[in-house]
Amino acid sequence: MSSLQSLDIAARSATTTATPDARHNIPQVAKLIDVSSCIGCKACQVACMEWNDLRDDVGSCHGTYDNPVDLTPQSWTVMKFSEVEVTPGRLEWLIRKDGCMHCEDPGCLKACPAPGAIVKYANGIVDFISENCIGCGYCVKGCPFDVPRISTKDNKAYKCSLCADRVAVNQAPACAKACPTGAIRFGSKEDMLEYGGGRVAELKTRGYEKAAVYDPPGVSGTHVVYVLQHGDKPELYANLPKNPSISPMVALWKGLAKPVALATMIGAALVGFFHHMKMGPLEVPERDEEYVPDDQPNVVGVEDGSRTHVRDA
Amino acid sequence: MKKLYIQRYTDNQRINHWLVVVLFGLAGFSGLALFHPNLFFLTQFFGGPQWTRIVHPYFGIGVFLLFLLMFIGFWAANTWKRRDTEWLKASPELVLHDDEEKMPPVGKYNAGQKLVFWSMTLCLLVLLVTGLLFWQAWFAESVPIALQRVAVVLHALAAFIMSLTAVVHIYAAIWVKGTLRAMTQGNVSAGWAKRHHLLWYRDKMEGAQRDIQAERL
Ligand code: SF4
Ligand code: SF4
Repeated sequence: MSSLQSLDIAARSATTTATPDARHNIPQVAKLIDVSSCIGCKACQVACMEWNDLRDDVGSCHGTYDNPVDLTPQSWTVMKFSEVEVTPGRLEWLIRKDGCMHCEDPGCLKACPAPGAIVKYANGIVDFISENCIGCGYCVKGCPFDVPRISTKDNKAYKCSLCADRVAVNQAPACAKACPTGAIRFGSKEDMLEYGGGRVAELKTRGYEKAAVYDPPGVSGTHVVYVLQHGDKPELYANLPKNPSISPMVALWKGLAKPVALATMIGAALVGFFHHMKMGPLEVPERDEEYVPDDQPNVVGVEDGSRTHVRDA
Repeated sequence: MKKLYIQRYTDNQRINHWLVVVLFGLAGFSGLALFHPNLFFLTQFFGGPQWTRIVHPYFGIGVFLLFLLMFIGFWAANTWKRRDTEWLKASPELVLHDDEEKMPPVGKYNAGQKLVFWSMTLCLLVLLVTGLLFWQAWFAESVPIALQRVAVVLHALAAFIMSLTAVVHIYAAIWVKGTLRAMTQGNVSAGWAKRHHLLWYRDKMEGAQRDIQAERL
């Protein structure tokens, strides 16, 4: 993707100064994926390919409908089919559309070392600006959802952009547009949560007592939210993490460690400099050939006033 | 009177050391560029951001291999002895008051130098192993992400400790006058050796005596 000036930037990767902030009152957007209404037709997957002009390699059948099996640099969204028996003897086919969750607190952005390679727009969309990407793969370590994929061809990171280019001109993402059952909706986050709440209530009347909207607080919420029949067990849906958050390792590495380590290194050099200012160099006495160490444990005096060394004190 | 100089390093040892220095600098500064955003400008010196990412691991491997040569040559002289512990206990006196009188005599290396040596060795090992684990171009695809996360933290930590070690090492060479020529010319003055490395000085002198006697026979 490229930078979209019409969308204000709330955060840029590897940037310590302020981001453009002239416009305010930008509504938060969200995509709602109602898993309970999804029929697994993959129209969204095709729409994503078409709009973004992506063509993945032809894969092979793994005995499931998952195809491709996982996200790739050319497949930014993938349907994952899970066969589970939540109540014994009752098979359920749970179909989740996998892809970037557009975290409010994105681990990918936190980990990225390239200024402006990852941006979070003020409306909540997290996008990769490919021309700034250096292909280090740090975003992969930062993401709690295992989403970004680094292409081995061009060494750039790729993932769902939530069709930031479409949203910039007031269009819904391609997948939302293509979904035949209305399982994918797009709008303000507020509206989506309200709609999702309604779906949850309805699912509860149908016996799914634990139905819930998935908007994990560990990453301060996401701009892609799910309606899950089994909201208490998101792991059932192809290992959707239950309490995702930025790993403490990444938080340490990209948080405290950066300023503290830098300050300490500079501080050490300064200590050396001032030590030298105060103490001067450690010099050898003027006539060093005649120098005999005084008072050292292995040096003893001899009668005639001269001194000598004793081996192995 | 002619001043006496004692050889401390051979030509090859010095070439090896300076090659390590150059690659250490390249690896270090390219690494710093990717570590803190305010140092990202350093990528300019490596052909831009993308090239910095590409070359950094190769610089790192270069340092490791060259240091390995150095390690083989120097590890024996750097084994820890009981008197090193004593030297270390007395060392604040030396650092805070420039007072060497009370320091126990040492061999070719004092405890501080030995610590630098082992710190470098350990850090380089950690840097190599962890760096390989999240080297995107070659290995990262097949390493679990959780392990890579631990690796990046350890990599940064080892690099940090190594940088501090380098600062100490460089400063010590400047502070202790007459040291630098060991690495530029390969020798030190006899007075320097007697003052800072008494036991090594004696070994050298005894060796010289033996050589002279052997020649006479
Ligand atoms: S899901 Fe991963 S890639 Fe997407 S915004 Fe969150 S951290 Fe970034
Ligand atoms: S690979 Fe990911 S972390 Fe690295 S520069 Fe590209 S977007 Fe940033």
